[in-house]
Amino acid sequence: MSIPLPEYTPALIIAIPLLGAFLTPLISRINDKLRNIFVILVLGLNLFFVSILAYNIFTKSAQEPYIMKYVFGGSQNIDLTLPIVRILFEVDAMSIFMAIIASTLMFVAVIYSWAFMKENTGLDKYYTLMLLLTAGMLGMMLTGDLFNFFVFLEITSISSAALVAFWTHKGESVEAGFKYILISTIGALFVLFAIAILYGQYDALNIAVLANAIQYTFLDKIALVLLIVALAMKAGIVPMHMWLPDSYSRAPATVTVALVGATLASLYGVLRVIFTLYGNILLDPAKFDIPVNIFIGWLIIPLAVISIIVGVMMALRQTDFKRLIAFAAVAEIGYIFLAIGTGLAAMGTEYGRTALEGGIFHIINDALDVGLLFLVAGAIYYATKEWSLNEMGGLARNMKYTTIFFIIGLFAVAGMPPFNGFASKLLIYESTFQLNPILAIVAILCSILLLAAFVKVFHSAFMGPKLPKFKDVKEVPKSMLFAMGILACIIIFFGLFPGLVLENIVRPAVDALLSNAQYLSMVLGGA
Amino acid sequence: MIYNIPYIAVVCLILIGLYALVYKRNLIKMIIGITLIQSGVNLFLITLGYRKGSIAPIYTSSPGGIMALPIPQALTLTSIVIGVAVLALMLSLVIHIYRHYGTLDVRKIGRLNK
Repeated sequence: MSIPLPEYTPALIIAIPLLGAFLTPLISRINDKLRNIFVILVLGLNLFFVSILAYNIFTKSAQEPYIMKYVFGGSQNIDLTLPIVRILFEVDAMSIFMAIIASTLMFVAVIYSWAFMKENTGLDKYYTLMLLLTAGMLGMMLTGDLFNFFVFLEITSISSAALVAFWTHKGESVEAGFKYILISTIGALFVLFAIAILYGQYDALNIAVLANAIQYTFLDKIALVLLIVALAMKAGIVPMHMWLPDSYSRAPATVTVALVGATLASLYGVLRVIFTLYGNILLDPAKFDIPVNIFIGWLIIPLAVISIIVGVMMALRQTDFKRLIAFAAVAEIGYIFLAIGTGLAAMGTEYGRTALEGGIFHIINDALDVGLLFLVAGAIYYATKEWSLNEMGGLARNMKYTTIFFIIGLFAVAGMPPFNGFASKLLIYESTFQLNPILAIVAILCSILLLAAFVKVFHSAFMGPKLPKFKDVKEVPKSMLFAMGILACIIIFFGLFPGLVLENIVRPAVDALLSNAQYLSMVLGGA
Repeated sequence: MIYNIPYIAVVCLILIGLYALVYKRNLIKMIIGITLIQSGVNLFLITLGYRKGSIAPIYTSSPGGIMALPIPQALTLTSIVIGVAVLALMLSLVIHIYRHYGTLDVRKIGRLNK
């Protein structure tokens, strides 16, 4: 059933945007339009390869968890239990699931950039950084080597910080970029420190080898804390979310969409660390006979609940459009972490699995919904040069399509049927209710408040009388509409057929996360 | 005890760096804090691979004896290169911030923002 692909496809997925990035400035010399086409082609090709690889992996892991392994340099059949140093790419259903999200978001972002960034200078650097960011994100998701993960993490943070500060003529953007690089560097250095601790103990960098050997000593606990804190900080969970509204709202809208992908890449890191690296000892009793999974789970759940509440409350009182969406994004990350925490705390039970399914499904929904809303905010900025909601009004008369896309995004992000947010949020409510009813109540209430925040936006930006200063406002160019249309179509499709998505994409990913023993045996080769 | 001194130095470097990040208000001093953390982590990696009396891990015409582990050194080199890139980016952003606000004081930049 699977489509034949060369064995080096995982490497190709990284190599295409990386090589494309360095060709972009050269092609930019010839012609600007040619460069735009080239970048879209590169990311389109990348999306194509990712999709085919994903199709293969999902069909193969329908029966049992499947991992595609690629060894850089040397023979493909190596025994990892020997102390050899090789960089491996280990692609399982979870990593390819994240890779689809990242490459779709980047593809949409560059299509949108065609018209949105047209007025700017220095676009060759912009596109180079976008492609580098893609390579970094995909590398984080596909790699099976911890140090390699650190390198890709740094590539992602450097290129996204430079992109956040792309509008250097605005002091706020530069400030947000500085904040972002500061946070990312501290996070990455702690990740490196944790990797060094693990390396010093087990003499290995490969995730599977480490996971096989891990003992949960005192040093391992330190490494676990460092890894989770640093990666969760980059994922933007409260109380480490302070950088997120700044960088999300000050960056160009296309970059914000890319940043959503980068944030989710860090979230993937958290999942990989908890479920794979420390997967073997999750059910061991740690202290006072409490297993590790309950320990970590109940550590994450309060933080997640606070993230949801803070994100929603702050979103309600914002007057800056993009800042409002950024706080909504914090709340959405909170929902994902709530599901992960519930899945951990109730590991092994039926509803624990449902929680994880909801969480993983919500990752893709969050990327689509928040991405679409940011693109709508960018479209309004493009048409009116205005961020503040107090200055807007009556835009529905001039921008029909944008209004429709906003309504889709609004209902999707607030979890209303029949859009995609409903399906995943329902799974989360259902499972958290079984763990503790209060959690589910808070989650539902905050979801309603989120709807209130966006209805406010809808009312003040799109409804009302036609303002004289927006008399000449026209609908945004076709490329921007097309980009928003892609996301809106996927949202509606996911909303109408959630079962299809859950069955074919989400479930294999959850299986891949939970079946740690198979992961280890498949990577280590029957060890 | 004597062999633990490098590890104590690592912890000291990282703590000094964190102190600078939290308590210093000047952007350049915060960047210095970051570089201190970076040196701490690099020193940690190097120390992991070192044994007393070991020589550099170059195989051709080696005089024999024990060699230091080369992998942490390779990791450190990579980490240093990344560090330079991050440092350059941060300093260039600081230049832009200074141009816009005319100050490097974190509190004043925040106040102008409002």
